[in-house]
Amino acid sequence: MLIRKAPDIAPSEITPESVYRQRRQFMKGLAAGGALLASGPASALARYALDEEQVRYPGPDWLQQKIRAAQQNAALSTTEKLAPYEHVTGYNNFYEFGLGKNDPRAYAQDFKTDPWSVEISGEVHRPGTYQLEDILKGVDLEERIYRLRCVEAWSMVIPWVGFSLASLIKRFEPTGNARYVEFTTLHDPKQMPGQRSRFGTIDWPYVEGLRMDEAMHPLTLLAVGVYGDALPPQNGAPLRLVVPWKYGFKSIKSIVKIRFTEQMPVNSWQRTAPREYGFYANVNPAVDHPRWSQATERRLPSSLFSPNIIDTQPFNGYADQVADLYSGMDLRKWY
Amino acid sequence: MVLSLNALHRHPWGRWLFWALMFGGSLLPLGWITLQAVQQQLGADPAQVIVTFLGIWALRFLWVSLAVTPLRRLPGMSWVMRYRRMLGLYALFYASLHLLAVATFILGWRPDLLLRELTERPYIIVGFTAWVLLLPLALTSTKGWQRRLGKRWKQLHALVYPASLLVMLHFAWLIRAGYLEVLIYALILAFLLGYRLYLKLR
Repeated sequence: MLIRKAPDIAPSEITPESVYRQRRQFMKGLAAGGALLASGPASALARYALDEEQVRYPGPDWLQQKIRAAQQNAALSTTEKLAPYEHVTGYNNFYEFGLGKNDPRAYAQDFKTDPWSVEISGEVHRPGTYQLEDILKGVDLEERIYRLRCVEAWSMVIPWVGFSLASLIKRFEPTGNARYVEFTTLHDPKQMPGQRSRFGTIDWPYVEGLRMDEAMHPLTLLAVGVYGDALPPQNGAPLRLVVPWKYGFKSIKSIVKIRFTEQMPVNSWQRTAPREYGFYANVNPAVDHPRWSQATERRLPSSLFSPNIIDTQPFNGYADQVADLYSGMDLRKWY
Repeated sequence: MVLSLNALHRHPWGRWLFWALMFGGSLLPLGWITLQAVQQQLGADPAQVIVTFLGIWALRFLWVSLAVTPLRRLPGMSWVMRYRRMLGLYALFYASLHLLAVATFILGWRPDLLLRELTERPYIIVGFTAWVLLLPLALTSTKGWQRRLGKRWKQLHALVYPASLLVMLHFAWLIRAGYLEVLIYALILAFLLGYRLYLKLR
């Protein structure tokens, strides 16, 4: 498949100039990291000019080596300004650890993500339970900088490290009946306080799904790292999905099951509020969430007097690559 | 303790001291969030944090002002009546800041966004309506207006009941997952309004 790179939007075009100027200082810091990035593997600290006081998540040794060897896939990466490490790892939704945006970092630190195994089942020729280490054997990791657009109308630019879901799917040889892929997050109330809450609205475990052609799309990533390190537990370690043209909730975290099915899976948010969340959940400025607009987003970090409001792009700016998947579909109906 | 608070209010200095404490204490949430914002302690999305914070404090002040009626009937608690107006005005004060914060930090005063949010979002329409309902109550909260309106003052100020219900709806509609917090505030409101119904039907 031919992958055309979506035209990136220069920050100066979408943000008032005053704001843009404020960013210069940050950009200077990044530039130093960028130069190193181009020259190949380097420690994450140097690559991203990270603060030495930052809490780091190197991951197990075997994974660390692979992540350090990852090269950036520039063709699939945006050149927009990265969200700071602090915010990527400290501000996100992972309801298994609480409803607040700071809860995942606060309550996931003891979450045990190594060893980890994934059960492959359903319409597949090589079902079984596989250790993550075995799954990653012979797989080359790469870095991809993607936009992540949350259904709550905020977004971040994040440097993931991972590999194409397609390469994994091919190795397990789905049968001709496999039309969808269903993913399941770990269910472990002992480790995940959010799963113990009696006032939640989600039926655990968290489930997501993709149509087979979406799962096989080259942009669809299985991430094991971020910012040149392993995934922190709060970001869905050790294995998570990243589907950049869909709302963030599709990018399921801490995956323990991958099942190939003939029927369309019912994902958790669709089950919780079918009027508000569908199966596809493609980023679409023309279809509002019933309670709020999806036409714009706040690109984080936003500061108080420059809220950094930008227009949301169809398919989160990946329309050139993925719009074909949905030709002929009424995207108002299949939201 | 409660008895002494009533006694305190009989003394002019005590009255002044307590008024100052109530007035100043009610500004503490604003002071706290301002300090956090100035020190950049609010994380990746300070706008959201500030808006949520101001909104929940507006709701809390409204609930507390509604609690004056049941509280003053408790022995030694009649002094709370002196602060009903102040608490109600603080509810509107925090609600107004909440509104300003939404317009400034979330919508950047973009006319297209403002118009769209105010016409298309049920939860915003509901919240905004509650704010509008509270405005005449604040304007007529002075002793002068109380005298001028006489009996009708009480009728007018019954608007606080529909306003509080709209505030509750506004809050409940915002929830994506997890309704414990909403449930707690709804139960408190149910008690506060139910108590009035009980007084009326008794």
